[in-house]
Amino acid sequence: MRSISQPFRRTRNFAVPNKNIIEIKDVSFAYGTRPILTGIDMAIPRGSTVAIMGISGSGKTTLLRLIAGVIKATRGEVWVDGELVNRLDTAGIYQLRRRMGMMFQFGALFTDLSVYDNVAFQMREHTDLPEAMIRDLVLMKLHAVGLRGAQKLMPSELSGGMARRVALARAIALDPMLMLYDEPFTGLDPIAMGTITNLIKELNAALGATSIVVTHDVEEALNVVDYVYYLADGKMVGHGTPDEIRHTQDALLHQFVYGEMDGPVGYQYPARTLAQDMRLSA
Amino acid sequence: MEHRDLSVRGVGAWTVDNVLRLGYAARFIARTIAASGTSLARPRLVIRELYYTGVLSLIIILVSGLFVGMVLGFQGYHTLQTYGSESALGVLVALSLVRELGPVVSALLFASRAGSAMTAEIGLMKATEQLSAMEMMAVDPIARVVAPRFWAGFISMPLLAAMFSAMGVFGGYLVGVVLIGVDEGSFWSQMQSAVDFRNDIVNGIIKSVVFGFAVTWIALFEGYDAPPTAEGVSGATTRTVVTSSLAILALDFLLTALMFQGV
Repeated sequence: MRSISQPFRRTRNFAVPNKNIIEIKDVSFAYGTRPILTGIDMAIPRGSTVAIMGISGSGKTTLLRLIAGVIKATRGEVWVDGELVNRLDTAGIYQLRRRMGMMFQFGALFTDLSVYDNVAFQMREHTDLPEAMIRDLVLMKLHAVGLRGAQKLMPSELSGGMARRVALARAIALDPMLMLYDEPFTGLDPIAMGTITNLIKELNAALGATSIVVTHDVEEALNVVDYVYYLADGKMVGHGTPDEIRHTQDALLHQFVYGEMDGPVGYQYPARTLAQDMRLSA
Repeated sequence: MEHRDLSVRGVGAWTVDNVLRLGYAARFIARTIAASGTSLARPRLVIRELYYTGVLSLIIILVSGLFVGMVLGFQGYHTLQTYGSESALGVLVALSLVRELGPVVSALLFASRAGSAMTAEIGLMKATEQLSAMEMMAVDPIARVVAPRFWAGFISMPLLAAMFSAMGVFGGYLVGVVLIGVDEGSFWSQMQSAVDFRNDIVNGIIKSVVFGFAVTWIALFEGYDAPPTAEGVSGATTRTVVTSSLAILALDFLLTALMFQGV
């Protein structure tokens, strides 16, 4: 469980194109002197769907931000599609991001633009396509997420699940090679959650893209991904296929997957003894 | 409620923090101006913001200008009458407005109406990850969101100040001439001969341009720098109004001192 399994073994050849779209080599990240991630190694093959899981504060969103080049690793190397992200300047990172799509936790739709204009945003910013063609593309993307009929609505008129679907349509607007999902299931009802799970699966297959899903929703993630990495306290403590994760013997991973209240992650926040706090004599 | 540490160490840390923030604000405005290419290439972005910052501020500016002018008409008449020179009412109203009240009061109103809106909007865009989403789509939020608002504020402020002054003169006319009965001919002719284009009107425009720059800069920076929480955005909005108002009054003193150096 704690060693990288065969199909995901890191390759030494970083010349493009290689098998892995993302290679993370011994990466650490700290805010000042506070370490967030320590010694992370990962390799994500093209076309796969991978989950990065862990409890809140385990560093999984930080890892996603490192891959997207929002922050730079304090040590180690982050390779995305053959480019060393830590060394790229702003222009280089923007070039790389044109090949990425990201869906944010609560959609992050532009509230002053309609659903249609949200999806058209990147096309208008990055291409010189005529408006008629943009219209066709936007309607296709919206159709893919089942919201062609909602094109004229404003984000404030959408439910949480609909907003997430529009965000997904916007993220795939320019057919990215890499899709990043930051907590895509948080706060959704079961129907919306099922819809998003299916869409992630289907869109990944249709686009031929690679997807990274950062989440702590175990069941949904295990249903949709090919491989799981599990983080705790900024360290990679386990990884494997969904089946391996379900049958894990690792106590920490077991507690996480089955949502047990007590275990390696304690129920009680560290405190003085109860007798001390209640001023009871020993 | 924010508690300040008043020890030497606390004051030192506060000073260092604020100097750092000032440096950050300077870099922010430099980046905004450097990233203005998008605004120039796509003037529709600026025009849209001109509507929100300028056109939507028109009502408050025009109504306030009218009332300030009418009050000036009453007060001016009352004072001038003592010296038997009520025919100079037009001069008093026009000079007060063009030199001082026009740029200063309209800038204060602009800071509370448009400045606070800019801060709240950008702060909320940040809090709801809209700016991060834009960056993830390889679109620079400084170029796409901040720069058009900066130019809109910079352009609309002198125009609003001019309209405030014009409305104020009209208010002074209504009270002085129509209501009290000051001679209309002397009201306008004395104003015409006493108000100098270079020394009064141009100086007033310079002031409003400087105030427009300062208010827009403060409002945009506060929004961009706001902590992404409800408290953070509300604190930033308050800071915009307070800091802008103080900046306007301090800058007004400096500019007036400079402009009247040779007089």
